[in-house]
Amino acid sequence: MKNRKNIFARIFNFYYEGFKTMTWGKQIWLIILVKLFIMFAVLKLFFFPDFLSTNFESDQERGDYVLEQLTTTPDGDEAK
Amino acid sequence: MENFDMTLIDWSRGQFALTAMFHWIFVPLTLGLAFIVAIMESIYVKTGDEKWKKITKFWAKLFGINFAIGVATGIILEFEFGTNWSNYSWFVGDIFGAPLAIEGIMAFFMESTFIAVMFFGWNKVSKSFHLTSTWLVAIGANLSALWILVANAWMQDPVGMQFNPDTARNEMVDFWAILFSPTAINKFLHTVASGYVLAAVFVIGIASWFLLKQRDTLFAKKSILVASVFGLVTAIFLIWTGDESARQVARVQPMKFASMEGMWDGQTNAPLVAIGFLEQDITPTEENNYKERDFLFKIEVPNMLSLMAFLDANAYIPGIKDLVNGYTNPNTNEKHLSYFDKIKRGREAITTLKNYKEAVENNDEAAIAFNKARFEDKEWMNNTFRYFGFGYYNDENFSGLIPNVPLSFYSFHLMVALGGHFLALFIVMLIFSLKNKLEKMKWLLYVGIWTIPLVYIASQAGWVLAELGRQPWVIQDLMPTLSAVSRIDASSVQITFWLFAVTFTTLLIAEIKIMLTQIKKGMTGGH
Repeated sequence: MKNRKNIFARIFNFYYEGFKTMTWGKQIWLIILVKLFIMFAVLKLFFFPDFLSTNFESDQERGDYVLEQLTTTPDGDEAK
Repeated sequence: MENFDMTLIDWSRGQFALTAMFHWIFVPLTLGLAFIVAIMESIYVKTGDEKWKKITKFWAKLFGINFAIGVATGIILEFEFGTNWSNYSWFVGDIFGAPLAIEGIMAFFMESTFIAVMFFGWNKVSKSFHLTSTWLVAIGANLSALWILVANAWMQDPVGMQFNPDTARNEMVDFWAILFSPTAINKFLHTVASGYVLAAVFVIGIASWFLLKQRDTLFAKKSILVASVFGLVTAIFLIWTGDESARQVARVQPMKFASMEGMWDGQTNAPLVAIGFLEQDITPTEENNYKERDFLFKIEVPNMLSLMAFLDANAYIPGIKDLVNGYTNPNTNEKHLSYFDKIKRGREAITTLKNYKEAVENNDEAAIAFNKARFEDKEWMNNTFRYFGFGYYNDENFSGLIPNVPLSFYSFHLMVALGGHFLALFIVMLIFSLKNKLEKMKWLLYVGIWTIPLVYIASQAGWVLAELGRQPWVIQDLMPTLSAVSRIDASSVQITFWLFAVTFTTLLIAEIKIMLTQIKKGMTGGH
């Protein structure tokens, strides 16, 4: 009866019981956790910095840099 | 081209293609299987038959495995936008941000909330609430796809935006034009329909295996019945939306359209190549530095290409050479610019942007006003700036503006041919299912199993056509891959390419292994 009074406790119990009674999903959850760890703690942190955010401090600088990039043609010079 | 590191561009493209294609292994099954499960559960709620509950739980379990392994693999693509495609990410401005934010807040929230009820809620919530949750998971998954595909469609057919030369970003001026552009609508409908067909084949294939093994035969037959009906309806829808998509491609991406038919010379009453094999490329000439190919062998359907593209058998379809050299439509006398003219206009647009940038740096008021006025002039934007991306090419390197023709041609024809096979499979399966003769049709059950890899090939071929067929454009006519890429070290892209290859391959092996284990437990066991 106590659980019925508290919606958050009921939601918690719903998930807790669900995970506890899973007969086939534990392996899946392990894979999900390892996958998320690799993606966010390894790949994002060490291999995928946001190029513009990392190299420039303001949007003005980022915009100027991209403008410079966009106005450079394949001949090796900026557009004439 | 010496100013662009082609190794960097190629590895960045390869990395994005690898991650997108791996992501697309998981997504279509989620999109379609969710609806099949929802239909099966609806039958259970309607009839109260416990067999349907077991069937529902079995397929829901396979849905759950696929969902869990595939979830968040798409986030890698967003990492790549920021790291490898920073010029592009900046240039698109809020066009991508808005749809993706809506996806994150609305669709993904809905999907992830109700999926818990779908798996943990049996016997804890009412039947109707559980059923509603299952349907909402299916709808939520498809809504997620909607926003991603709207963003992708904008890249193929950019509408509803205004370029801001001060920030070098495109700004959204008409959200509804982006959401309801014919390209976006068709891309969404065709893509999700392909997911429905894939899921129907998946269910039929696995249920066929049960019938061959003579296990859970009643469950397998009921599954095949539902999947055949679902597959038949959605395959017809897939063909219809594919037909609409072809019309959109002919309108907004004529080079992709000509490439997917291997058509070098334009003509009225253009035939559709039903079956064809392209010969080796002909050595480029001084006049034409592209690698032209003819057919070694082909079977054509007269007038069909014109009819398909413009609903008019007499319609003129420009070939690759016409698009490069410019042409006049013989039916309408409408003149179309050559790529050389578009390159000139693109150069003018780039020069104007550069002049504006310099004027701002030098605080030259007159030059600022002069150049900025052009970006506010709709006619100049529509006639010159729209070819901005062509400015990165010149008369010597315009072959980079032609996509890989054999890849476009074969991926298109393979996709269409397999689409016909799936439709036939659904019809035959349904007929023998209704006659209750499936168990005797062993050859058909084997075909059902072997169609599973074929449907994945068709699904990937669709993406190959959509994405490689539009090369070199990241944003059609505005931004090619060479200007979109971040100027980073190519070796770091190579490292992450192989990291992804290993990670995703491991995930795929894990998924297949877990799925096979669960399938072998049978439809009535292991819950």
